[in-house]
Amino acid sequence: MTDAGTAAAHPLVELVGVNKHFGDLHVLQDINLSVATGEVVVVIGPSGSGKSTLCRAINRLETIDSGTIRVDGQELPAEGKALAKLRADVGMVFQSFNLFAHKTVLENVTLGPIKARGVKPDAAKKEAMELLERVGVANQAHKLPAALSGGQQQRVAIARSLAMHPKVMLFDEPTSALDPEMINEVLDVMVALAREGMTMIVVTHEMGFARKAAKRVVFMADGRVVEEAEPETFFTHPTSDRARDFLSKILTH
Amino acid sequence: MITLSGALPQVTSLFSEYDIFGAFQMTLVLAGATLVGSLLIGTVLAIMRVSPIASLQAGGAIYVNVVRNTPLTLIVVACSLGLYTQLGVVLADRDSGTFIVDNNVRLAVLGLSLYHASFVCEALRSGVNTVPLGQAEAARSIGLTFRQSLSIVILPQAFRGAIAPLGNVVIALTKNTTVAATIGVAEASYVMKEMIENRPDVLFGIFAIFALGFILIVLPVGLVVTWASRRLAVTR
Repeated sequence: MTDAGTAAAHPLVELVGVNKHFGDLHVLQDINLSVATGEVVVVIGPSGSGKSTLCRAINRLETIDSGTIRVDGQELPAEGKALAKLRADVGMVFQSFNLFAHKTVLENVTLGPIKARGVKPDAAKKEAMELLERVGVANQAHKLPAALSGGQQQRVAIARSLAMHPKVMLFDEPTSALDPEMINEVLDVMVALAREGMTMIVVTHEMGFARKAAKRVVFMADGRVVEEAEPETFFTHPTSDRARDFLSKILTH
Repeated sequence: MITLSGALPQVTSLFSEYDIFGAFQMTLVLAGATLVGSLLIGTVLAIMRVSPIASLQAGGAIYVNVVRNTPLTLIVVACSLGLYTQLGVVLADRDSGTFIVDNNVRLAVLGLSLYHASFVCEALRSGVNTVPLGQAEAARSIGLTFRQSLSIVILPQAFRGAIAPLGNVVIALTKNTTVAATIGVAEASYVMKEMIENRPDVLFGIFAIFALGFILIVLPVGLVVTWASRRLAVTR
């Protein structure tokens, strides 16, 4: 991996010795992970492997028991304004979209810039419309989220994150709640983002996306990072038994 | 024997002898002021109970469980005899000509608000529970502070989800203003009691007047609540 050196020198996101327990369950076990600026990393693994927890820990929606997580060199603040400020720099796209149900599509996108960044409403609106145009839902701007299809809602959610000009974007199974015919419209937006150089950490089982856009696949099982490789290598020649077993299960159909 | 034609003039004479409309006006004032007061206190209590801070949660829970389970009459009387008579807490200007009335009304509003705030809190909390956790996570993930998440994302949806239970609180609250009669506030039930003492000959006429009066006040509340809960419902 040619980027390994740069990733170690200037990691945008860095996890060192991260541990987390849910009661007796050790969900994250001594995780070390570095993501360089502009890098797209796909995190894959069986359910319960800790991949969503890992993703959520990076903007502290989940707290960790030990270890350090740094974003752009800065360790995650524990609480308060500093944490809010950091989260503003880390975009997050959820499995269940989580658009603000009482606000229009446009308001969903402008809320963060206006309230967290102090952008003037007019400027925020103008940029929001450009972003909605880019993800292909500008014509729905004045509707409430419930009136949109799942694929449209998820694209709005991506626009909402982009409006904050994040340094890195986290995707927590962004297509898992979508009907099959809507998955591609969301993946297309994500592939375009990756091509533009956005740093992305994506928890997904979409191998097409991993092959097309990811630089690295991180395979997790039982709370550990079991294997890291380039997508092609990982999917064709997995080295660990756990990865082979997992791939055989998702590839047979 | 009582006949309708004989009783009717007697009932209508009540309206010239007593200020029935004034009494209901006082009921409306009590209900309106109590509504505002209990919404304010109840919202604070609800925020305490949903906050991540254990001491605030405990404080809110203790308040609600003590106050909600105490008879309203006791609370209102305690406001008058305890706060004012015993401790000398005064809520109106002593030198104004209407001190006694103003002070009693305000003490009644205080007691009614403290009591109904616990019900408002629980109605709001049920509303908060209609808001999925993901809404708060999304709010925080775009960099909103805890306060912003609460005031911009969670509470507006919680209020909408709480309209129906809040409506029930408003209806109960309106009728519960009659307890203010115990500390001498001349609202509807106080005037009713006075009328019954002086005019037992039209007992059922008096009952009918006040029952009808309350129904006329409370019925629209129910209609508005039903309309608003449909209109403002958050579709997910």
